[in-house]
Amino acid sequence: MGRIPLVLLACGSFNPITNQHMRLFELARDHMHHTGRFQVVGGIVSPVSDSYGKRGLVPAQHRVAMARLALHGSGWVTVDDWESRQPDWTETVVTLRHHLQKLLGQQPSAADLQMPHSSLEGSSEPPQLKLLCGADFLDTFRVPGLWRAEHVEELVGRFGLVCVSRGDLQADRAVHESDTLFRHRHNIFLVREWVRNETSATEIRRALRRGLSVKYLLPDAVIDYVREHQLYTWQSEQRNKDAVLRPLGQQGAPSEPLNDS
Amino acid sequence: MDCAKKTKLVLLSCGSYNPVTNMHLRMFELAREHLQIKGHYEVVKGIISPVGDGYNEKGLIEASHRVEMAKLAVESSSWIEVDSWEGRQADWQETNKVLRHHWEELLSREQGTDVVGTVKAGRKRKRIDAVSISNKRKHGKMEVAHKGLMHKTDGPHLMLLCGADVLESFGVPGLWKNEDIEEIVGSYGLVCITRSSFDVDAFIQGSDLLWPHRHNIHVVREWVANDVSATHVRRALRRGHSVRYLLPDPVLSYIQERRLYTAESEQTNAGVVLAPLQKHAGNHG
Repeated sequence: MGRIPLVLLACGSFNPITNQHMRLFELARDHMHHTGRFQVVGGIVSPVSDSYGKRGLVPAQHRVAMARLALHGSGWVTVDDWESRQPDWTETVVTLRHHLQKLLGQQPSAADLQMPHSSLEGSSEPPQLKLLCGADFLDTFRVPGLWRAEHVEELVGRFGLVCVSRGDLQADRAVHESDTLFRHRHNIFLVREWVRNETSATEIRRALRRGLSVKYLLPDAVIDYVREHQLYTWQSEQRNKDAVLRPLGQQGAPSEPLNDS
Repeated sequence: MDCAKKTKLVLLSCGSYNPVTNMHLRMFELAREHLQIKGHYEVVKGIISPVGDGYNEKGLIEASHRVEMAKLAVESSSWIEVDSWEGRQADWQETNKVLRHHWEELLSREQGTDVVGTVKAGRKRKRIDAVSISNKRKHGKMEVAHKGLMHKTDGPHLMLLCGADVLESFGVPGLWKNEDIEEIVGSYGLVCITRSSFDVDAFIQGSDLLWPHRHNIHVVREWVANDVSATHVRRALRRGHSVRYLLPDPVLSYIQERRLYTAESEQTNAGVVLAPLQKHAGNHG
């Protein structure tokens, strides 16, 4: 059949994970499958490490636990805590390289792979790993000094992007306005979410701080977890208040903001 | 917070629920919070009342399915329930009739208290006599289970919960009778969730019918856009796209097991006139 096995990796704060995050995977899978060229065999949620330094970021162990609860019944999307366990913040490209190596079975820890190997069997094509993101992520490429040129090249050239955005032209414009993105436009898949659904993690944290209901915006199991551990209070939102976001603080090294929603 | 002063409130939502989505459920949550924070209310119950098949809306699948899906959707809710009375009626029931039915049920549960005494001073209520209540109870079993939250000393109020599109539809010629609108906003009250694009206040201001009852119309601002509609969900299902996380998992499983919502089902009632329009065809205004 010749379909390329594809795994989608989403990096981000997942602070907390929401139904909207999980929708991104669903939308992306449908889109990539409908191109006729791909067979989406897995999805990976990779929560950022605490050293990212973002305001209001609760400890990674919680963010990973919540994501696992949320994706418990998913059947194809899993949570990976490698990135969150690294001593320092990890550049997106480094995370992608790590997961691609695992996928290709070059790591000794390939047995840790949580997706069914049977999906990879029977295909003559080697599996691919692409970054799943939102339109805001594409805009970050334009910020001077934020990305190393060779990283952008590797990200869109070697890996590829699956970008889910609203029915506006923000993503198209971003691809058009960057020579690098434009050159690799065939490896950038723009997925349209025609209905507005702006219930972001930021909104949810705000609601939780104020004691408002977030039911039906994220799974009940995650809401229960938040309550049990009393996460997302006014205090938790003050965390990292005056800190510099890790990517921006790196001396002489590139800064790469991670997509958060 | 003086709990003794809080008026108990039941929210009734009528609609196609074709199918129920997370957006519908969010509407209840937003409304309850708004009323409990801004108003002097204690929202004790929410009722989902899916419309009957006689509504003749295009793409409307059988009420039995829609009721069942709604029940699955609120399984995890401590205060929202589903009532199948409206769905079981052969003929389409006007919204004010559904309100009346549920109001009578509420009152009849307050047996032992002075019915007149539960009427809030200054508000018009339909006169319900004991005979008509018992007659109605003979015709159908009580679908709404007791949750043990209503006290005998306080008569609960009943309000219609809806989206701004319903309020906007008051202006569509032939869709509503003026006296029905009058009854809804005058005798019961409206809790209206707005989407940012529609200026509810301006609409009320511009309506001679609604303006006198503006204090009975509670506007809840939905700050975060959430346009996920049942129409969108049906479209996605027809095209084989995932709707996971747009509606509760048990509802999704129900749909998938029975293969509801196909191109064929969307053609139901194609070319048929919507019941309210048919019914009011001879009326003006």
